[in-house]
Amino acid sequence: MKKAVTLVLVLVMVASLFAACGKSGSSDSDALKIGFIGPLTGGAAVYGNAAKNGAELAVKEINAKGGVQIELNTQDDEHDAEKSVNAYNNLMDWGMHVLVGSVTTTPCVAVAAECYKDRLFALTPSASSPDVTKGNDNVYQLCFNDPNQGKASAKYICEHFPDAKVAVIYNNADAYSSGIYQTFEAEAAELGINIVSVSTCTDNTSDFSVQVADAQNAGADIVFLPIYYTPASLILNQANAIGYAPTFFGVDGMDGILTLKGFDTALAEGVMLLTPFAADAPDAATQSFVSAYRETYGEIPNQFAADGYDCVYAVYDAFLKTGLGTDASSADICEAMIEQFSSMSFSGLTGANMTWVNGMVDKAPAAVVIKDGVYVNAG
Amino acid sequence: MAFLSNLINGLSLGSIYAIIALGYTMVYGIAKMLNFAHGDVIMVGAYISFVSIYSLGTPPILALLIAMCVCTVLGVVIERLAYRPLRSAASLAVLITAIGVSYLLQNIALLIWTSNTKVYPSIVNFGPLHIGSLTITGETIVSIITCVVIMIALTLFTTKAKTGKAMRAVSENRQAAELMGISVNKTISVTFAIGSALAAIAGVLYCSMYPVLVPTTGSIPGIKAFTAAVLGGIGSIPGTLVGGLLLGIIEIFGRAYISQDLSDAIVFAVLIVILLVKPNGLLGKKVTEKV
Repeated sequence: MKKAVTLVLVLVMVASLFAACGKSGSSDSDALKIGFIGPLTGGAAVYGNAAKNGAELAVKEINAKGGVQIELNTQDDEHDAEKSVNAYNNLMDWGMHVLVGSVTTTPCVAVAAECYKDRLFALTPSASSPDVTKGNDNVYQLCFNDPNQGKASAKYICEHFPDAKVAVIYNNADAYSSGIYQTFEAEAAELGINIVSVSTCTDNTSDFSVQVADAQNAGADIVFLPIYYTPASLILNQANAIGYAPTFFGVDGMDGILTLKGFDTALAEGVMLLTPFAADAPDAATQSFVSAYRETYGEIPNQFAADGYDCVYAVYDAFLKTGLGTDASSADICEAMIEQFSSMSFSGLTGANMTWVNGMVDKAPAAVVIKDGVYVNAG
Repeated sequence: MAFLSNLINGLSLGSIYAIIALGYTMVYGIAKMLNFAHGDVIMVGAYISFVSIYSLGTPPILALLIAMCVCTVLGVVIERLAYRPLRSAASLAVLITAIGVSYLLQNIALLIWTSNTKVYPSIVNFGPLHIGSLTITGETIVSIITCVVIMIALTLFTTKAKTGKAMRAVSENRQAAELMGISVNKTISVTFAIGSALAAIAGVLYCSMYPVLVPTTGSIPGIKAFTAAVLGGIGSIPGTLVGGLLLGIIEIFGRAYISQDLSDAIVFAVLIVILLVKPNGLLGKKVTEKV
C-alpha cells in the first residue's frame, strides 16, 4: 500500500516537471509581448476600455506595417489593487516583455511594486500618482502625475479666470484626488487664487448637498473637482437641482462623464477639464486617429484612448531603439528601456516632445470645454 | 437659511432611511431575524425600474409598480428558499444565510447589469420649489411625503387589518399565535412581501435623489437604515421613523457643522451613545425573555 502511494506521488512530481516545461516552452514567440492591465468593468471601466481600445488600435497599425510584431494581452482589474496584481501574475505566466498599465492609480501602485521586484518595464497610460514612479526606476508615466495636474489646473485657472472665486470639492479618501488637491492648493497660494470653499467627500458619499451649498454660499464662480466622473455626475446633478451653475473644472478623472449611461449631457454643458488630448484638434495625426477609432469602436476617443495608443507607440519605438530581439529576457529589455526612456523625446497624440525624468513625463498642459455634449479645445 | 436647507436635506435623506429601515424592523419584529439582504433588494428595485424606464420606456409610476411587484416576489422567494428551511435553526445560521443572500443578489446584478455605472433618471418630474433663498427639490418633497404616508398606512394596517393583527400576534408569541389558528408561515411571507415592496420604493427614491446605480448601491443605505432601525428601537414602527429621520439629520448636520470627514463616524458614535443609555433604542420596548 505504502509503495503504491509513493509511486503515485513520484508520478505526480514527474508530471509536474513536464507541466512546467510546457509552460516555459509556450512563451517562445517572435512577437514583442505587451501586457495591458486596466479596469474593463466596474466604476472606472470607461478609462480602462478606452485605453485598451487605443492600445489595440496602435498594435493593429504597427502589425499591419510589418517588421517586429506585437502581441497584446489585455487583463481586467476592476480598479482593484488585488485583482490588478493577479492580472499581472497572469501576464507574467504568459511571458510578458513590457507592461502597459495599470490604467488607474491605486492598482498601479500595487503593480508597480511587483514590476520593480521582477525588473519588468512598465509604462502606465494614466495612473498619475507620484507613488507610481517613486522608488521604482523602471515604471514610467505617459500622463501628467498629480502634482503636475494640480499645478497646471491652478496655472490655467489663474491665467484664464484671474478674478474668480474658487471652490474645491475633493475625495480625501483617495490618493489621486487628495494628491491633486494638495499641489493645487500650494500653487494657488503662490499665484494668489482666491479659494473660498474647500470641502471633502469619501468613496461612499452620495449626498453632496452640504458641499454644493457651501460652494454656493461662498459665492464661488469656479468649482474645481479633482475627482472621478461618477461622483462628479452626482455633484453636477445636485448643483443643478438647487439652481447653482458655476463653471466646473475637472482633471483627467472627469473624462468619461459624457459616456456614462443615462447621464443627461446637458448637465455637463460648460464643464472644463484639463486634458492633453482634444478630439477636435486639427492636426493630421489626431484626425486620422479619431477617424480610425470611430470606424472601429463607433465613438469619439477620449484622452485615455489617446494615452493607450501613445503608450504602445512609445514602448514600441523605445524597444526598436534598444536593438534587442524579442528573445531577450524581460529583465534585459527593462534595463535597455530605462536607458531609452530617460534619454529619448517622444511625440504622440497627447503631446509633442515628451521627455521623462525619474519616470515622470514633462509636456505642455491644455484644457477642453464641453459644448453640446462634445469636447471642444479651450486653448 | 443654510440651517433650514440642511435640515430639509437631512429630513429627506432620513425619510429614505426610515422607509428602508421599515423592512429591517418588520422582519426583525415578526421573524426575529436580521435580513441583511434587504439593502440589496433596494438595489434590485432600482435596477428593475431603471430597465423599465430606460429600455421599455414605461412612465415612472408604472416602472415603480413593476419594481414593487418584482421585489415583492423576490422577497417572498428569498424567504421561502433561504430563510424558511432555517426557521428552527440557530439565529447565527440565519444571519450568515442572509449575508450570503446579500452577496448572491449583488453578484447576480453584476452578471445581469454589469458593474458599469448607470445614471438613474429621476422619477420626479416637477422642478424645485423656491421659498425665499431656500430651494427644495421635487425629490425631497416626494420622499418626505411618501415616508409619512407609508408610516401612517403601516400603522393603520398593523392595528386595524386582520393580517396586520396576525403579524403583531406572531411577533408577540409565535406558538400562541399558531395555537389561535394563525398561519405563521403565511404571516412571515406577507411581512417579507411588504418589506420588499417598500424596499423597491426606497430604491427608486434613493436613486432619484442620488442618481448613480451600481450593484453595490444598496449596501451603504442598507447599513445606515439598519443603524436607524436600531437607533429608533428595532421592531417598532414609530421608532423606525424617529430613528431614520434622526440619522439623516445627524449625518447632514455632522457634515455641515462638525466635520465632513467624520460625518459617518459621528452617526455611529451617536448610535453607540444612545445604545449605552437606552439599550432597546429610543422607542423600543423592553422585552423580557420568557424561559
